[in-house]
Amino acid sequence: MHELGIIVHISRTLTKLADEKKLSKIGSVTLEVGEVSGIVPDYMTDAWNYYKKKTPLLAESELRMETLPAVTFCEECENTYETVKYGKICPRCNSPRTYLLTGSECNIKEIEAC
Amino acid sequence: MDMKIIEVKQSIFADNDADAERLRQQLKSEGTFLLNVMSSPGSGKTTTLVRTINALSDEFRIGIMEADIDSDVDARTMSENTKAKTIQIHTGGMCHLDADMTRQGITELGTADVDLAILENVGNLVCPAEFDTGASKNVMILSVPEGHDKPLKYPLIFKVCDALLINKIDVMPYFDFDMDKVTEYAHMRNPDIKIFPICAKTGEGMDAWYEWLRTEVKEWRS
Repeated sequence: MHELGIIVHISRTLTKLADEKKLSKIGSVTLEVGEVSGIVPDYMTDAWNYYKKKTPLLAESELRMETLPAVTFCEECENTYETVKYGKICPRCNSPRTYLLTGSECNIKEIEAC
Repeated sequence: MDMKIIEVKQSIFADNDADAERLRQQLKSEGTFLLNVMSSPGSGKTTTLVRTINALSDEFRIGIMEADIDSDVDARTMSENTKAKTIQIHTGGMCHLDADMTRQGITELGTADVDLAILENVGNLVCPAEFDTGASKNVMILSVPEGHDKPLKYPLIFKVCDALLINKIDVMPYFDFDMDKVTEYAHMRNPDIKIFPICAKTGEGMDAWYEWLRTEVKEWRS
């Protein structure tokens, strides 16, 4: 359900873009999806295939996703580490004073269109 | 026709964020404070809001928007138990409200005779946090039975909220809920979050929460 909401927003952004650039058909949409963005790629694909039929601009489009790795920064030892592997606690100094540097984003990278 | 590659490089939330900012400016100019209330299902949102509305209804003209996937149970509870102007928003299957849906609700509610508009968001700790509704302030309710580890599991919602109400403190003796830990974890996510331990059923701790809300609404409208 969360994926569907996101797709509605992508569709709005692309409709606006298509108006500006006088595009009539989008062949593919490439997203950059952060590893810990909470977006499940399989659900995205399902929701995309359901929703695209409602929008002529996107009706024949393919959704592609590229993963952006999640990286966490430790304020204690100023180390960066892989979020998915180690979680919230810094593997070097065991501090919980850490925050996410990258990995929560979801961007529309590019589209193929005419 | 030949397809060409067009670089977009835009966050999927950019469009909603811009829309939310427009709504916030509109509400500011119309003198209406919008409070977005988020929580899991069953945390006591409706009970907390009924009590809050009844405590503040002599000071402010209050309107409430009940957002749910389906049904009008909450809207009926509100109109039976408060004097607030109430409307129901159905999200049509969506698990959250975005700025556009919120604007539709605000338009239906009308701002001319509303000083404080409250949006009771869909019960969910994930999606509502991602979509800015255009609210003046965001508040979250976490209830004791849910556990003190929630700021670790659902970091984003704690990050975007200005205040955290910890509800159902009357049942603390029956749960392994650690108030110090939840405070520590919530501050780890958001050092500025204001925390109010409350019991919406008995009214315990509610005065401090009313005072915070009162001050915020007055500041917004000044």
